[in-house]
Amino acid sequence: MSVALHEEHAHDPAHIRKVAMWVFLGSECLLFGTLISTFLLYRTRTGSGPTAADVFDIPFTSVSSFILLMSSLTMVLAHHSSVRKDYRQMRLWLVATALLGVTFLAGQVFEFTEFVHEGLTVTTSPFGSSFFVLTSFHGAHVAVGVLMLLVTALMSFTGKWRPDAGMDVELVGLYWHFVDIVWIVIFTVVYLLQV
Amino acid sequence: MTETAHHRGMWRWLTTTDHKKIGILYGITAMGFFVVGGIEALFIRLQLATPNGEILSADAYNQLFTMHATTMVFLVVMPAAAALTNYFLPILIGARDVAFPRLNAFSYWVFVAGGLFLTVSFFVGGAPDGGWFGYAPLSTQVTEVVRMDYWALGLQVLGLASVLSSVNFITTVFTMRAPGMSLMRMPVFAWMATVVSFLLLFSLPIITIGLLQVFLDRNLGTGFYSAASGGDPVLWQHLFWLFGHPEVYVLILPAMGIVSEVLPTFSRKPLFGRSFVIFSGIAIGFMGFGVWAHHMFTAGLGPVAEAAFSLTTMFIAVPTGVKIFNWLGTIWGGSIRLKTPMLFSLGFIFLFVIGGLSGVTHSIVPSDAQQHDTYYVVAHFHYVLFGGAVFGIFSGLYYWWPKVTGKLLNERIGRLHFWLMFIGMNLTFAPMHILGLNGMPRRTYRYAEGLGLDLWNLVATIGSFTIAASLLVFFWNWYRTAKHGQPAGDDPWDGRTLEWSISSPPPEHNFDVIPVVHSEDDFWHRKYTENEAGHAVTVTAVPSAPAAEGPIHLPSPSYYPALASSGIFVLLLGLVYLPWGLIAVGAGAVVTMWGLFGWSMEPLTREDHG
Ligand code: HEM
Ligand SMILES: [Cu+2]
Repeated sequence: MSVALHEEHAHDPAHIRKVAMWVFLGSECLLFGTLISTFLLYRTRTGSGPTAADVFDIPFTSVSSFILLMSSLTMVLAHHSSVRKDYRQMRLWLVATALLGVTFLAGQVFEFTEFVHEGLTVTTSPFGSSFFVLTSFHGAHVAVGVLMLLVTALMSFTGKWRPDAGMDVELVGLYWHFVDIVWIVIFTVVYLLQV
Repeated sequence: MTETAHHRGMWRWLTTTDHKKIGILYGITAMGFFVVGGIEALFIRLQLATPNGEILSADAYNQLFTMHATTMVFLVVMPAAAALTNYFLPILIGARDVAFPRLNAFSYWVFVAGGLFLTVSFFVGGAPDGGWFGYAPLSTQVTEVVRMDYWALGLQVLGLASVLSSVNFITTVFTMRAPGMSLMRMPVFAWMATVVSFLLLFSLPIITIGLLQVFLDRNLGTGFYSAASGGDPVLWQHLFWLFGHPEVYVLILPAMGIVSEVLPTFSRKPLFGRSFVIFSGIAIGFMGFGVWAHHMFTAGLGPVAEAAFSLTTMFIAVPTGVKIFNWLGTIWGGSIRLKTPMLFSLGFIFLFVIGGLSGVTHSIVPSDAQQHDTYYVVAHFHYVLFGGAVFGIFSGLYYWWPKVTGKLLNERIGRLHFWLMFIGMNLTFAPMHILGLNGMPRRTYRYAEGLGLDLWNLVATIGSFTIAASLLVFFWNWYRTAKHGQPAGDDPWDGRTLEWSISSPPPEHNFDVIPVVHSEDDFWHRKYTENEAGHAVTVTAVPSAPAAEGPIHLPSPSYYPALASSGIFVLLLGLVYLPWGLIAVGAGAVVTMWGLFGWSMEPLTREDHG
């Protein structure tokens, strides 16, 4: 059985790339795991600076988290349309996903400026350092995701785009969902449990 | 060779996406860095040859011991293993290349960028000097000199290169095996390469974050490791060794894989308890993540943690011991041929056992409290790393050299190389056990007269020059073989695995027809069957080659991987010299993006009209 299965996939580049993406995301888990562990170690080491309860605005962050969650939904829809080969729809949902991602990022920028005004910067305390580095590291992942979404949408216009070359929607989707799930963990551990 | 042909030759290497060529590039680069790291070591030994050495200043000494270890670990043993993995992993599993040939080239060029970047530091104000483990706050405090920036950034990109090639290898193993090549039929070397890839995949991200934190502490003023602002320097030790201990298995498992290929071939017996060898390799991989704090027995973790890590450290010696008995069982009763690869493998077993035993003595906390940071630890890890990893790699080099180059290395010179290296290794590192137990600390550039350390230090220095001589013998062998070596033929050792079924050197597409695998050691069983007495008899009817398949798709060459990594090099240099360096960071980023973009728009394959 394994032989047959194997041969079936042997020259299927889409399958090969998907395996690679899963493997890569496995590695990413450890990146975030280490950042989150650092944060947990330092969560109360606020020195003379503000504490988590001082600065966090849970309702605001809940809304931006919700927006990011919704982007996973639009991502699923994009993938769905690409399976049906409805590339117009697919582009639409890809761009929608990217826009939701950008909105989330804007929220993060806003939140960061608020915190800085309230006296929490990346150098204030180990709490500040670990909070900002963790969340902006995640933000950078969202930004890369947005880029991938837009490039995929653009590439689907060119003749070069074939399902077996370059990035396909499923691959971008895997990455995007991963980044979303990580945010849920961060939101729970870093925000909700600290106030 | 004409000028243009020569240029075209260079260009071919620069743009190659063939896993075999990339393997050779890794190998030659590792060998170059081996010379660099070796010269650093000789300086250290010259300084320590006599009490109150005058050759190096304390500052120079710090740079040399830091760069010696960093070079040997990240720029020699890892890429040497990557060389053999690149070259042989696809062939051993019956594939035509790795899953992502251009990513593979990119990994190599990023590794080169990182290696050069680290080495450049010697010429611009001094190399990193805070130890290969970069303990905070030593690594974060002195920010006026940029040495540890070079270290943090250099390791960061070397890590990137390794993660990318790990993703590549794992994907290759899980998707590209030839029909019939089930996981359990994979040669043990391929298995160990897979375990190593997983270890890197899960351990490197930990150090990536640690290095990022060090870099930010140095350049942005964050407080991760600054005790003054409430940070905890011990966190660094945890992160480093959470990576560092799996890393030592990254260094040793490829050698164990090589030995598991060489011993059966030269004993003409299958590997004894093959599945035990594989499973203990996997077990080592898992347990490797559970012993890190044995490097921190003097950091004050408290009795519970110390007892726990003492136990796990003793346990991890069990799968290691299992392998040793399997190897002995393989040789037992075999018809042994003492060719050079076999000598190095036997040397590996002998030396690795000594290193493993001193490792177990470290696992006992009160005892380790005495040994920690003394030359006893230096003796331990050189027995496992030099006696283990480097001997294993040389075994692999002698074993596979004829396959890669088509020519056999000279046996007599090879034996001379082995014995010189073996004697030199023991002369250098055995005395360090005594020095350490007598209290000589690591990482100090001088020792006073009359402490009873003089004799053994001198012996160690003599040993180190013996090793250097053995390396010259190897280079001579290399040169001589290139000039007048005997043609090897396809199967010079009467091998067992698929690489010996194809020509030496292999064709660009490896296999004219993808093999169908029926058993472990498939090639052996194509050559021999067993008679009633259980002896191997030659198969007379050679199966005729099946008809050729359709066109073979080969990865097309590409200069984008090298281009993108040159951008990374510039970007790194810029990061060291912030804020002015931002210009270089920008320029480097543009070049990198250009490379990556060009790469993603390129067609994937070309057809081989060979
Ligand atoms: C039988 C298995 C092994 C055991 C039980 C073991 C145990 C230990 C312990 C407890 C230490 C810490 C000593 C101290 O600093 O006080 C240590 C250090 C070290 N070991 Fe091992 N070890 C084993 C195998 C290996 C292998 C296979 C390698 C590499 C190929 C290795 C490389 C090292 C290195 C590089 C250090 C020193 C790190 C440093 O402080 O710079 N060990 N070992
Ligand atoms: Cu260890």
